[in-house]
Amino acid sequence: MNNQKPMDIVQAGLAKRYKKEKRFKLIGLSAIIFSLMFLVFLFSSIFLNGYKAFYQAELRIDVFFDPALLDIKDPASANFDALVKKSLRTTFPDVKKRKEKKKLYGLVSTDGSFQLRDMVLADPALVGQNRSVWLLADDDVDMLMKGYIDRNLPQSDRRISDVQIGWIDKLIDAGRVKFRFNIGFFTNGDSREPESAGILGAAMGSFYMLAITLVLSFPIGIGAAIYLEEFAAKNRITDIIEVNINNLAAVPSIVFGLLGLAVFLNFFHLPRSAPLVGGLVLFLMTLPTIIITGRVALQSVPPSIREAALGVGASKMQAVLHHVLPLAMPGMLTGAIIGMARALGESAPLLMIGMVAFIVDIPAGITDPATALPVQIYLWADSPERAFVERTSAAIMVLLTFLVLMNGTAVYLRSKFERRW
Amino acid sequence: MLQILSSNTPRSTAKSREERIQSKARMLVDREDRCTAGDPFVENPRMSCRNVNVYYGDKQAIRDVSIDISENEVLAMIGPSGCGKSTFLRCLNRMNDTINICRVTGELKLDDSDIYDKKMDVVPLRARVGMVFQKPNPFPKSIYDNIAYGPTIHGLAATKTELTEIVEISLIKAGLWDEVKDRLDQPGTGLSGGQQQRLCIARAIAVGPEVILMDEPCSALDPIATATIEELISELKQHYTIVIVTHNMQQAARVSQRTAYFHLGDLLEVSQTDVLFTRPSHQLTEDYITGRFG
Ligand SMILES: Nc1ncnc2c1ncn2[C@@H]1O[C@H](COP(=O)(O)OP(=O)(O)O)[C@@H](O)[C@H]1O
Ligand SMILES: [Mg+2]
Repeated sequence: MNNQKPMDIVQAGLAKRYKKEKRFKLIGLSAIIFSLMFLVFLFSSIFLNGYKAFYQAELRIDVFFDPALLDIKDPASANFDALVKKSLRTTFPDVKKRKEKKKLYGLVSTDGSFQLRDMVLADPALVGQNRSVWLLADDDVDMLMKGYIDRNLPQSDRRISDVQIGWIDKLIDAGRVKFRFNIGFFTNGDSREPESAGILGAAMGSFYMLAITLVLSFPIGIGAAIYLEEFAAKNRITDIIEVNINNLAAVPSIVFGLLGLAVFLNFFHLPRSAPLVGGLVLFLMTLPTIIITGRVALQSVPPSIREAALGVGASKMQAVLHHVLPLAMPGMLTGAIIGMARALGESAPLLMIGMVAFIVDIPAGITDPATALPVQIYLWADSPERAFVERTSAAIMVLLTFLVLMNGTAVYLRSKFERRW
Repeated sequence: MLQILSSNTPRSTAKSREERIQSKARMLVDREDRCTAGDPFVENPRMSCRNVNVYYGDKQAIRDVSIDISENEVLAMIGPSGCGKSTFLRCLNRMNDTINICRVTGELKLDDSDIYDKKMDVVPLRARVGMVFQKPNPFPKSIYDNIAYGPTIHGLAATKTELTEIVEISLIKAGLWDEVKDRLDQPGTGLSGGQQQRLCIARAIAVGPEVILMDEPCSALDPIATATIEELISELKQHYTIVIVTHNMQQAARVSQRTAYFHLGDLLEVSQTDVLFTRPSHQLTEDYITGRFG
């Protein structure tokens, strides 16, 4: 034994202990800062890439709704394309050569003719009148206006030629160009033309899919969790079931896509590209997660509550339904929402069942062909036009917003319904 | 500590005083007749248990216990911890059913019906034999709902007024009415520990039981709350048969008419409480009540 007092030994070691603690804290803190930096980098790059997609260039063109071009009896089938071209020619009367005319027509989106048609359909009295109309600009014009096209590049290296730039400058000088909020991005389906491509089709597809997934997986998952946790005899078979559920939760999602292809499409002949099939596949994918989180939520209810209920003569079923389930519900809801969020972000299995197709129409039901938000992002990211780059980022923002909303709901539900005991 | 000794190897190498006492204790049980000393049987019992054995898997927790419980008495069960008091108590309303590996043999009767009969429905059984647990466990609901739950599921009240009446009577009987009458809609979990335990007693009373089982109802409470509960038990015994497990011998002496002493799964002695604490018939009972182990 040395003659130091125990307190001295403790004192001597203290500095070292505190140092260790400090170092540990620092390591943890730097890990968090590091990951936060990545997150900030990710979000800001998405935002910077995408925020310009929310507004869009428009050109003001004087249009004479020429009765010669517009069939009064059936304006819907009239040649509005010709009307747009004629109006452009009158705006720039000195363009004579065929090739140049074609370039001139390229300034306005192909959507322009639909805009005019909608105007006439809404108000047939327009025919024979002059109107100054804001028409959607072509995506190349939009890109030039947003500064994505470098005017100093040689003409052959850009998608917009010198004459076109000249016309645009003239229009700008005349106050005939402006940006407006891009409503179409939220109300249109997909399109080959970036300026009229929208997210609604994919969002509706995702919505129908998630609705099916939720309607199937929540009750079935909760039912399975309750049965396994509260009623099943604890024996080999339940052990095997449990192991398999855990394994299923870890199966890569594309495998579920293949399963959906084999079972739902090839065997049951359900429609291809339909949210119905997508929802079924995502249901299979989320079910194990919901069962597992459901069981954890049930396990976390203190056994004293069960005993209390059984002690006053509740049947097992009543004890579970009246007391255990309400207490486990916040946890179950959280699990379900997180499962849904995962399903919302899933694209791989959807590729397998044909939801990767180019679909313009907004799906009106669960059997209409549709695509989903993440798949739409994939499709746009794959498109060559510059304008699709910002739309990709904008679509990612929309998807992330939904995800954040869903996770926020989960947190809210947990804190709202969590009861202390 | 005592569990180690249930294996058959005598620990002759044991050094500590405690261990010596315990090995001696074990040997005593081995030598002597395990038959229950005192007077475990009564005339006209409410509940009677004969040759009850309880196993957790392979491990036997209760060995060949026979005892009667008579009308309107308070029976205290004492014994060192882990000796099977709770296990036996939970047989009386089949709460042991919730434990998968638990197996019960022997005969347990409430009046003349066999508790462990296949045809016995545990739902009415548990209404007749209520239970109060060691840790107060009110539902995370309002005070009113805590009491009203039992009567509601059993359909004891035809109208809301009747239900409210049951709630009030139960709270009065449990001595809690004056403290909570103004806040029946507030959560039961917000009460103090002693109040919570009385709430649990009121909850048990509300379904009109004949027997109330209490498993160390005061072990989580402070002395004042304990005294209140003990008073309550003395009052309740006029209407109910009460079986109370306690590790507190003074408490057993204060509240009970008869006391049963459990030792490592054996029921060694059942006597009138004053007899058991003054003139125990079994050597081990004496060792325990004089504090030589426990
Ligand atoms: N759920 C259980 N599973 C396995 N063994 C148990 C269980 N509950 C109690 N036991 C065992 O049964 C014996 C008696 O326990 P218990 O009745 O709780 O004792 P007491 O209430 O007298 O302290 C102890 O040895 C304990 O380890
Ligand atoms: Mg106990």
